Amino acid sequence: MAVKAVKPYRFPPRDTVEKFPAPLLFIGWEDHFMFVAPICVPVPSEAPFQVVIDKVLPEAYGQHPDFARIEWDKVEWFRSGEPFRPDPAKSLKENGLGHKSVIRFRTPGLEGIGGAYF
Amino acid sequence: MSDVFIALQDTDEARPIIEAILADNPKARLTHSPAMVKIDVPQRLVIRRRSIEEITGLPFDLQRIHVSLISLSGHIEEDDDEFVLSWKR
Amino acid sequence: MDTRLEKKKLSLRERYHLMTRGLGWEPTYQPADKVFPFTTYEGIKIHDWDKFEDPFRLTMDAYWKYQGEKEKKLYAVIDAFAQNNGFLNISDARYLNAIKIFIQGVTPLEYYAHRGFAFAGRHFRGEGLRVACQMQSLDELRHTQTEIHAISPYNRFFNGFHHPRHWFDRMWYLSVPKSFFEDANTGGPFEFLTAISFSFEYVLTNLLFLPFMSGAAYNGDLSTVTFGFSAQSDESRHMTLGIECIKFMLEQDEANVPIVQHWIDKWFWRGYRVLTLVGMMMDYMLPKRVMSWREAWEIYGEQNGGALFNDLARYGIREPAGFRDAIDGKDHISHQAWLTFYTYNPLAAFHTWVPTDAELDWLSAKYPESFDKYYRPRLLYLREQEKAGKPVANKNLPLLCNVCQIPMFFTEPGNPRMICYRESVYEGERYHFCSDHCKAIFDHEPEKYVQSWLPVQQILQGNCFKPGTDPTAPGFDPVAAVLDYYELNVGRDNFWYEGSEDQRNFAAWRAAAQNN
Repeated sequence: MAVKAVKPYRFPPRDTVEKFPAPLLFIGWEDHFMFVAPICVPVPSEAPFQVVIDKVLPEAYGQHPDFARIEWDKVEWFRSGEPFRPDPAKSLKENGLGHKSVIRFRTPGLEGIGGAYF
Repeated sequence: MSDVFIALQDTDEARPIIEAILADNPKARLTHSPAMVKIDVPQRLVIRRRSIEEITGLPFDLQRIHVSLISLSGHIEEDDDEFVLSWKR
Repeated sequence: MDTRLEKKKLSLRERYHLMTRGLGWEPTYQPADKVFPFTTYEGIKIHDWDKFEDPFRLTMDAYWKYQGEKEKKLYAVIDAFAQNNGFLNISDARYLNAIKIFIQGVTPLEYYAHRGFAFAGRHFRGEGLRVACQMQSLDELRHTQTEIHAISPYNRFFNGFHHPRHWFDRMWYLSVPKSFFEDANTGGPFEFLTAISFSFEYVLTNLLFLPFMSGAAYNGDLSTVTFGFSAQSDESRHMTLGIECIKFMLEQDEANVPIVQHWIDKWFWRGYRVLTLVGMMMDYMLPKRVMSWREAWEIYGEQNGGALFNDLARYGIREPAGFRDAIDGKDHISHQAWLTFYTYNPLAAFHTWVPTDAELDWLSAKYPESFDKYYRPRLLYLREQEKAGKPVANKNLPLLCNVCQIPMFFTEPGNPRMICYRESVYEGERYHFCSDHCKAIFDHEPEKYVQSWLPVQQILQGNCFKPGTDPTAPGFDPVAAVLDYYELNVGRDNFWYEGSEDQRNFAAWRAAAQNN
């Protein structure tokens, strides 16, 4: 469908990649609502995926008591909702992640504070 | 059968209107909340000018209910004598 | 004493016709479609504009008379409130945080509505519709002014009231109501009326004004109750315009039905999402509570909305596409929103808190399905951390829905454990949504929503710093720079209620009011 308008109606998208310091990556931690919503972080597409685990996630979620207990080899990853196995040594781009990609991770056995997914 | 409702301010000016509604709509149900009154009636609610005038002893212009009105539901029909809310007219 | 003369008066119907019809004219210098360029492009077919009739039959002279009376009453109360130190008689200063949200997020919408109805009144044909839009445009301007006047006494004593106009265009959470209304104001006149008069005013505003204003009365806020009810008395007229306009479109041509249905689907959902804030105000921000969000939703959303859509079924209109999911959300959205504002409180111009034990019990009773299982443990943890001196503050920027612009904290219908993620790709760009319904709105008009001014993306693009800010300077603190751009009084407007200046002042003034 298209916008109905009295004149041609076309405007550039506001959030294209060149406007940001690096492409945006959105990340959600399943069963953990303390930080309410998926996070939004700029991460260079050449950075190895390991950077997400070593740097991005500890900065975002390190405050959470469950975070230190994560067993990273058991973590389940999802890309746009589909199960996916990132290669930590390869870049974000090689792992199929581009500007505004969304990934989620599930940490089996960890279901947040008080069993309330917090 | 769906209800229609009217909500009025709980004020001196609205009191005769509320009284008239309760008299003219036997199935009316009244709920008090702080500062307001809500009246639900199945299908159809009528406000009659004459009923209000009989209570106050003064002439009443039905459009004055605008001053006391908070909210309503249903289709509206108004003339000089009656103000009606209803579903499926 | 004068004897009342029974003059032969014109009937209401006759007066209305004399005062509204024949006011328009056929233009001769320019073709009509150049004078009214926006009446056909939306696809709505109107065969007879005169078929629109205001059932209240309010004429301009009667309008001025009643509005004048309402104003006199209102300003008498506002004066009395200020003269009698009304701000000391509210239930608790926590309550005022709901009023901060109101002046920050709702009052600017009244002004947008003023402009929207001025536009619609100019661009419709048919005097009935034009007069009704003109009156509403004036009403909305009145609401903007009276709300500013009624709330301004609080600005002398409490934080978070001083800069709403500036915040509205900048503050992250205010992009939710702002983008909602800008979406409506940039539609054509028929979509605007369906959006604001019907979906918002008729279907949803009861949820805002009735419990909220009654709540203001319950919490001793004389000033807000009075402007609220004064505004709401206009609202019944607006709601009536909403339903009459829908019927008018549906009755004029069968081809209008699918267009109107799409608008109802869209605007019901847009409005419902904005009301998340209201749910949170009702459940968490009123120290004395009138009813829960869930109860208000059941009365005004489910029962009243249900009755309305049953009635409209004869035109081929069904309930809005998001209606069932909205019902599903009633146990959750107010809690999810409050937890969001609590953890983001360092970035907001009002205070939040963890409810008292008695309030937690009230919430358990009102939300037996969800509160103890999901939300009480979360709030208790926040309380524990706050007591330990390390309140949970979220420093992450969240993913926002590209349509409603709310952080994506809403959960899957039927599964409150799982965040609802939806996405679309349009011309190579990826877009994210909080729900099927926000996604459907985008997919229908992607060219519109690719322009969304999303606060998170704007911050990351460097557009939310004051001119002259150097983000590459050593030790640059982006959060401080954004709060500076917002012109937020850090340490006074923001952070949690416990320990705030508002809390200290209110306690001190109350004590002073009871002693010499």
